[in-house]
Amino acid sequence: MKCSECGEREATIHETVIINGKSIEKHLCEDCAAKAGLGGQGHLPMHELVATFVKSVAGSEGAGAALTCSVCGLTYARFKQTGLLGCASCYRTFEEKLGPLIERAHEGATHHVGKIPRGALERSRQGGPDRLETLLGSSKEREERLSALRRQLASAVAAEHYEQAASLRDEIRKLDELERGGA
Amino acid sequence: MVGPVEGSGSSGPSYFSATEWLRGEGRSADVVMSSRVRLARNLAAHRFVPQADRQQRAQVLALCRRAIERVGPMMWVDVHNAPEYERQLLVERQLMSRQHARGKLAGGIGGPEEPRGLAVGLPDERLAIMVNEEDHLRVQVIRSGLALGEALAAADSVDDALERALEYAFSPRFGYLTACPTNVGTGARFSVMLHLPGLKLLSEIDKVRRAAEDMSLAVRGFFGEGSEAVGDLFQISNQTTLGKTEQVLLHEMESEIIPRVIDYERHARRVLVEKRKATSTDRVYRALGTLQNARLMSTEEAMELLSLVRLGVLTQLLPAADIKKINALFLFVQQAHLQHQSGKELTQHERRTARATLLRERLADVG
Ligand SMILES: [Zn+2]
Ligand SMILES: [Zn+2]
Repeated sequence: MKCSECGEREATIHETVIINGKSIEKHLCEDCAAKAGLGGQGHLPMHELVATFVKSVAGSEGAGAALTCSVCGLTYARFKQTGLLGCASCYRTFEEKLGPLIERAHEGATHHVGKIPRGALERSRQGGPDRLETLLGSSKEREERLSALRRQLASAVAAEHYEQAASLRDEIRKLDELERGGA
Repeated sequence: MVGPVEGSGSSGPSYFSATEWLRGEGRSADVVMSSRVRLARNLAAHRFVPQADRQQRAQVLALCRRAIERVGPMMWVDVHNAPEYERQLLVERQLMSRQHARGKLAGGIGGPEEPRGLAVGLPDERLAIMVNEEDHLRVQVIRSGLALGEALAAADSVDDALERALEYAFSPRFGYLTACPTNVGTGARFSVMLHLPGLKLLSEIDKVRRAAEDMSLAVRGFFGEGSEAVGDLFQISNQTTLGKTEQVLLHEMESEIIPRVIDYERHARRVLVEKRKATSTDRVYRALGTLQNARLMSTEEAMELLSLVRLGVLTQLLPAADIKKINALFLFVQQAHLQHQSGKELTQHERRTARATLLRERLADVG
């Protein structure tokens, strides 16, 4: 079978990926698979998804294509080609465009919940509430995160997923404690 | 260059031994071969790998190596200097990705010379840390059987230890920042490797796909090359990393999806034994007979037959045999391992001969 991407080389990597309930079959050669981030262990066809997302969500060429990260020099146009960002600041520079893209890639999720770097958290406590904000976000963001967790908790309880519910309760308690400790 | 991390006092791994992911022990190990957790992390004050030049990558490599050396006894490999056969051995042992072996990222970025490293936890190879793959750090922990919780706990503490020496790129909104925005949030990828010969024989793999679909998990053949799911080894992993805590993701997989898949497979095996006993017995004995007698053997055929023999032993259609030994053969029939065993490079024809010989010898006392 020939590679479905380049149509030249023999397809040696065959994968089925299910995304949003749709099963996608891929037959690729080594080179095209590497380009798509496929093949090898633990790698999902993310770049390909990103490319699709970027094209469909981020809209046409004009708007923002010339946007450049002042820290690493990556342009948004280049990001559209590779699906890869250049540094932490890229997330701020391109935030407006990345927001909807990330939301779609993560099935509607908009905010991080879960682990916060423990060392940074310790260090920020000494720096006071301003430093803590760089890890936990503004009070509005913190409130949003808590209400997202409470919604997840309610549906876990309704579905009788008690282990999940317990871990969500722990997470809410952890954030509450951070609020009190950091204020 | 390959060698133990300074001061660790340990030697390298033995490529003649099986690895954690094939140990075949632990919870539900009749179906679940192994569980894996992988965390993606990047340094705050440094360019991500895709946008860094060689010097910047070398700097990050040195920084990360210093942090990794504090974690415990590890073997360090400068992947850019490692010979091709060594890289392939490490890929076959699931200690690093094929992408890391090549050094090439999406969009054709990078190349084999780019500074990158691999640290392997000794002596059991349960921990592996890739440096300068797509992200600065990819921490991987593997456990035999269904043990995602244990794997997560271990990965979590390695992560904390690394963070004591390194400042991570993190944002309140997107969590751990990664080169590819599809990995942001927890940066955590959970996966479980399953052996599903029963469902395959009954053509019911779609059941697994449907179960995974509900939770938007990905089902893939474990050995990507050659054909879909060689050796009936499948991998289920999460697709999204943002908006759910590590614990919630873990419970979704370990308490909801995976137990269902395990039930399906066990049921399929019972059907094969109870309702199709003659056909199934014939099949597993033919597989064993071929492995014990063939003179030429391809990797794919070996894996298909080993899968049937493993099924036969677990369902007692074949006489009792050491399941660990059979698991290990899934690894030893791979190209680089076979060459390592022979102590020299082999042509394709020589490999087929060597593979058949190895299988005849190792399986002589089975059945
Ligand atoms: Zn191709
Ligand atoms: Zn940047």
